[in-house]
Amino acid sequence: MKRTLSVAALGIAAALTLSACGGGSDNPLSKGSSAAGNVPTGSAGAGTIRVGAANFPESELIAAIYAEALKAKGVKATTGDPIGAREVYLKALQQGSIDLVPEYAYSLLTFYDSSATQTAPDAVRAALVKKLPAGEMILDAAPAQDSNTVTVTKATADKWGLKTIGDLAKHSSEVTFAAPSEFQGREQGLKGLKRKYNLVPKNFRALQGTAIAQALKNNQAQAANIFTTDPSIKADGFVVLQDPKHVFGSDNVIPLISKSKASKQVQTILNAVQAKLTTPKLAAMDKQVQVDHKDVSSVAEQFISSNGLS
Amino acid sequence: MIGQVWRWLLDGTNWQGGTGITHRLVEHLQYTGESVLIAAVIALPIGAVIGHSGRGKWLIAVANAFRAIPSLGLLFVVAMWFVSRLTGDAAYLVPTIIVLVILAIPPLLAGAYSGVSEVDPAARDAAFGMGMTGPQVLARVELPCALPLIFSGLRSATLQVIATATIAAAISVGGLGRFLIDGLANSDYIQMAGGAILVAALALVVDGVLAALQHLVVPGGLRSTGPSRRKRRTAAAAAQSAHAA
Repeated sequence: MKRTLSVAALGIAAALTLSACGGGSDNPLSKGSSAAGNVPTGSAGAGTIRVGAANFPESELIAAIYAEALKAKGVKATTGDPIGAREVYLKALQQGSIDLVPEYAYSLLTFYDSSATQTAPDAVRAALVKKLPAGEMILDAAPAQDSNTVTVTKATADKWGLKTIGDLAKHSSEVTFAAPSEFQGREQGLKGLKRKYNLVPKNFRALQGTAIAQALKNNQAQAANIFTTDPSIKADGFVVLQDPKHVFGSDNVIPLISKSKASKQVQTILNAVQAKLTTPKLAAMDKQVQVDHKDVSSVAEQFISSNGLS
Repeated sequence: MIGQVWRWLLDGTNWQGGTGITHRLVEHLQYTGESVLIAAVIALPIGAVIGHSGRGKWLIAVANAFRAIPSLGLLFVVAMWFVSRLTGDAAYLVPTIIVLVILAIPPLLAGAYSGVSEVDPAARDAAFGMGMTGPQVLARVELPCALPLIFSGLRSATLQVIATATIAAAISVGGLGRFLIDGLANSDYIQMAGGAILVAALALVVDGVLAALQHLVVPGGLRSTGPSRRKRRTAAAAAQSAHAA
């Protein structure tokens, strides 16, 4: 009898938990800033810009740069722990738990429109503006680019004679592919690679951050999605495969911001940052953070002061 | 949302193939089984010997302190060490099993230790009095008497391992955690909720199986479920009085 009771109690508890997160919405982030613990915290007053970031080091770095630049000009800004993949942080932005997030133009465009064919920076921007949700806007694109890639080790490139992603597709059945989990479902990911190159890897290894380059280096994966600014490409002598069919487009860094927070002053500050942010500078800062393990906010402060943005 | 989760769970296509629920369930059970087995081989003899001899109790305290280690953090550290030392899937599977074994050892050790050390002294003395040697007392009296607590350690270790094996997905290993990690990355909350329900259901089912096993293995006189014991005694008494009559 006692056992039956406890099983029944468990069932009721489970039902309660389920309905608590059900609540008519299918999204745990829907309660705004009070819901998830990993959105920027602090005294988020009316004028405060809460800068969110994706869960990889460069996004955290750029978010810190935006926050430092705003603070240097007297605008209150906070950063928080990295939120997650684009699928997640865009929802956080839409629901108002963050106000600003660093983005990549082409990746963002293909997120909204998987059939987008624009690849040139200006065309990407024009198309992107039309696809943005109401209430959000993009500011100036930075010269800095950081694209997704299909990258292999020098040894693999030599062994199979690889120059392009198409060359790799011939060895699909021997390839384990390392990338963040969301890469599987994206057009700028396995979907696009299959459609344009017929590259269907034998295995997929879902990893995060530097673990991806580690897996490639140690041959737990034969190909990987590594960003062009990732210091491991140079450090480990990786080979970035050419992408003649443009699965990955021109990914200039671009701030995505809630219109309600994008005052003239905020726009001017952020656009000044954007103008100074070039690919070599970004790659150098990535190295400081990922290889030299420097603190993100001190690297950001250094960038602000040495580029006359303070 | 509950309706959508049910549809996800009941959709046959979600159960098939290398990324289907069936395959993930088997993987999850495999990691759990391997981890608990290895942990039991390590912990049960040590716990029994400590309980029998009363020496080395500090080991129990040390093992209990291990419960404070955050499994996910440990997993990343161990995986980082192994990634350049093992090839292929083993580089991620071995760290997973190690972390789960470390998680499973404390409850198993505590169960075996307290089971053996709390055996009724009268039973132990009687065994010695009958001329049994120390190892004989341990094997024939203490261990059988310790079975209820050994089983409770086993069940709690298994439950923890089933729940925690989900973190393996964070380093690209399979199991039911894939639905949680992939669901989160793709903001597919239906899949996440479905995966969570599967983990909970698996934990309940496995615990049920272990409870049944416990019922079969533990000697009748030691079962703590009162009614059945009393019933047996009344039955015996009835039989006796029937005899007498």
